[in-house]
Amino acid sequence: MTTAEKRLGNAADFVDERIGAAGWVKKSLNKVFPDHWSFMLGEVCMYSFVILLLSGTFLTLWFDPSQRDVIYEGVYEPLKGIKMSAAYASTLDISFEVRGGLLMRQIHHWAANIFMAAIVAHLLRVFFTGAFRKPREFNWILGILLLTLGFVEGLFGYSLPDDLLSGTGLRITSAIIQAIPLVGTYISFFLFGGAFPGVGFLPRIFTLHVLLIPGAFLAVITIHVMLVWYQKHTQFPGPGKTEKNVVGHPILPVYMAKAGGFFFIVFGVIAFLSAVASINPIWLYGPYTPGQISAGSQPDWYMGWLDGLVRMAPPLETHAFGHTVSWNILIPALIVPGILFTGMALYPFIESWITGDKREHHLLDRPRNVPNRTALGVMSITFVLVALINGGNDILATNFHLSINQIMWFSRIGIFVLPPLAFVITKRLCLSLQRADRDLVLHGLETGRLVRMPSGEFVEIHEPISDQKRFILTSHEQAPALELSATDARGVKRPGGIKNKVRARLSKAHAVGLPKVTAEDLKEIEHH
Amino acid sequence: MSDVSTEIEPIQDPGPAPHVMRNADIDPKAEKRAEQQVAILFGLSGISSLLLIYSYVFIASDVFVFIPVMGNQNVQQLGLGLGMAFSLLFLGLGAIHWAKKLMPETEVINHRHEFRSSDEDRDELVKTVKHAAAEVKLGRRSLIKRSLGFSLGLFALPPVLLLRDLGPLPKKQLETTNWKAGTRLVTDPGNRPILASDLEVGAVVQTLPEMPEETERLLSDIAKDPVLLIRIREEDFQLSPEKLAMTHDGIIAFSKICSHMGCAVALYEQTTKHLLCPCHQSTFDVTRGAKVIFGPAARPLPQLDITVDAEGYLIARAPFNESVGPSYWERNSQ
Repeated sequence: MTTAEKRLGNAADFVDERIGAAGWVKKSLNKVFPDHWSFMLGEVCMYSFVILLLSGTFLTLWFDPSQRDVIYEGVYEPLKGIKMSAAYASTLDISFEVRGGLLMRQIHHWAANIFMAAIVAHLLRVFFTGAFRKPREFNWILGILLLTLGFVEGLFGYSLPDDLLSGTGLRITSAIIQAIPLVGTYISFFLFGGAFPGVGFLPRIFTLHVLLIPGAFLAVITIHVMLVWYQKHTQFPGPGKTEKNVVGHPILPVYMAKAGGFFFIVFGVIAFLSAVASINPIWLYGPYTPGQISAGSQPDWYMGWLDGLVRMAPPLETHAFGHTVSWNILIPALIVPGILFTGMALYPFIESWITGDKREHHLLDRPRNVPNRTALGVMSITFVLVALINGGNDILATNFHLSINQIMWFSRIGIFVLPPLAFVITKRLCLSLQRADRDLVLHGLETGRLVRMPSGEFVEIHEPISDQKRFILTSHEQAPALELSATDARGVKRPGGIKNKVRARLSKAHAVGLPKVTAEDLKEIEHH
Repeated sequence: MSDVSTEIEPIQDPGPAPHVMRNADIDPKAEKRAEQQVAILFGLSGISSLLLIYSYVFIASDVFVFIPVMGNQNVQQLGLGLGMAFSLLFLGLGAIHWAKKLMPETEVINHRHEFRSSDEDRDELVKTVKHAAAEVKLGRRSLIKRSLGFSLGLFALPPVLLLRDLGPLPKKQLETTNWKAGTRLVTDPGNRPILASDLEVGAVVQTLPEMPEETERLLSDIAKDPVLLIRIREEDFQLSPEKLAMTHDGIIAFSKICSHMGCAVALYEQTTKHLLCPCHQSTFDVTRGAKVIFGPAARPLPQLDITVDAEGYLIARAPFNESVGPSYWERNSQ
């Protein structure tokens, strides 16, 4: 035994005699993680969160979240002698006078964008592969919660520098709060510490941004990851993989080395972007004053779709009994996102109600094999994309010489027409892909080699695919639609007739698919 | 439900594909090579860290270099950023290269268990909880139950109440501005009163209400006071007699704060005489009293009643007769 081994042994012994961790750690180190590129998306989220914590902590060392007026005396010539908030002045100082400060600001902002993008990508991966199904519904809901927290944290974050752009964003935020019936005006006055822009909002959202919300993030991420750990990761179907096992690399050493290395790569990519690509150059915007604005005011991309919805809303307000209800704000900014996010959070339960499937699932779906769900996902993406396009309608109009009114009308109509269209097209595409799978299994791969038969006929040689591939293409389950008869066994009408009818209809739509190839089919084709 | 897929005969699972050895597993030379590659990557990471330190200590913060496509770049910022980026990237690449080429790559199989607890465990749990509840006799001690509910209910109130002092009550703040009858319009920036005769047709001026020297304009004032003065040809107006009476000599004054969400309505198009809010593209027709002709805003921009004083300077004849800015529940929009 070497001295190093001896010392390590002693330390381990010291710990284990006190907390008895050896058993648990041993079990954990044998934990197996399946390998697939799409499983990295969740990792990107976690790593960019760590990067946000690190770079954010650095920024707090210099940032002064105060709305008190100061006269700028720093090194940036164009703003010298101008009155601004201490928050804006200290952000300028971080950008120009702290060595590496601008780099850290850009790392923080790039990491935030990549964090949100990775969350969305991870969510789509989980959705399209059905990884949210039992027993992972809790984790799905926690994921939606993290996404929602991300919106708020991001909005607060880019509002803190108190530049002209972010102040405009806060102006809109306060208008959304004010639009809430009954209590909106009061909430707005309390949050801002008076009439907009108030005196206390920046220090308050600073506390939320650096303490409360990161704390919530940390707690939810911990539970999220612990559940993945405890429930074991899902895996794609394939030879040797079943609902009862998990095939992959053990945590030590391969997974640990890959995951650790990947953290540095994510960090490195973000640092590289921050070194070469400017983001949020607040010194160009100037300090916030409510009487001014810059053309082309845009929120960060993950808020852009909400802004796009607000932009396309019809000019609807109700005036009655001395009160005003702004539907043009409430519907796009609160009601539609509320429905969208609630629906998203409940989707695992909705799908299981439709299919009647209450079993555990650890093998992932190939998106094409669940056409209805895939189509629903693409439909939602289309909805958000149309809204996002409209959120940038002014930028699109100036860059492509279009009229803003045309883009707005395109979005207003498109938001109703395009998502259903996307649903239909995606469903068709899925069925076509299923057909292609079926052909591949039955007839093999087209080789492009033509052979002339003695009879003069030309035929193309098809090469059979491997057993493994054949299994992957046929191992999915094809559950039939629920049969919900309107009467029970004795011919008595069951309660909840309409509910059952809707459920049966949805179930039928969900079960649409091409019959997959069976062993029998293969035998038959061999005989020919 | 559990055996849907076994009703038809599925294609048999052929088991995992045979394991393929990597070069480094069988060829000692390849193994050595891979080892060297990993070492080089780690070495490059170290060198990049040195670049970062060098940039921090030795490069002045005001040195710029022109790089095609990227334009003028601060050398220190670039050195710090690239040093950091490459030290991280090479570290990560080294670790992954090591894992892929040299670490054991055989796949391992773990087994899953169903998450549902056994029936005995569940029954035991229910029994324990029921037993505890019975021992506490909560069901029979209704006095305790009710008083506990009472105290917990009241206990929840103070945390909400304690937040009350976050801000003042709205009172009349959203309904009033600093415009009063006789208030002079002054330019923003500049703070100069405006002679009506100085405004040419087509002129647009941003103004604020004149304030006594010693009072400081708060941002919350600037959030509701700005007024846009626009002069057009008087015959171009298509206004009701009351609204027309609020103009002066072709000069019309609107609140600059958007009636939708409160952004500054800053874009004026001379040829069409339209005002456009850059936030959500609500478009207001100046000739028709800032009527909304496009976009999400539901109300015209409030119009300020203006005239001139004895010296010919523009003044407000009356305060705004409605709230400026975005709507809110208490707003009386009739």
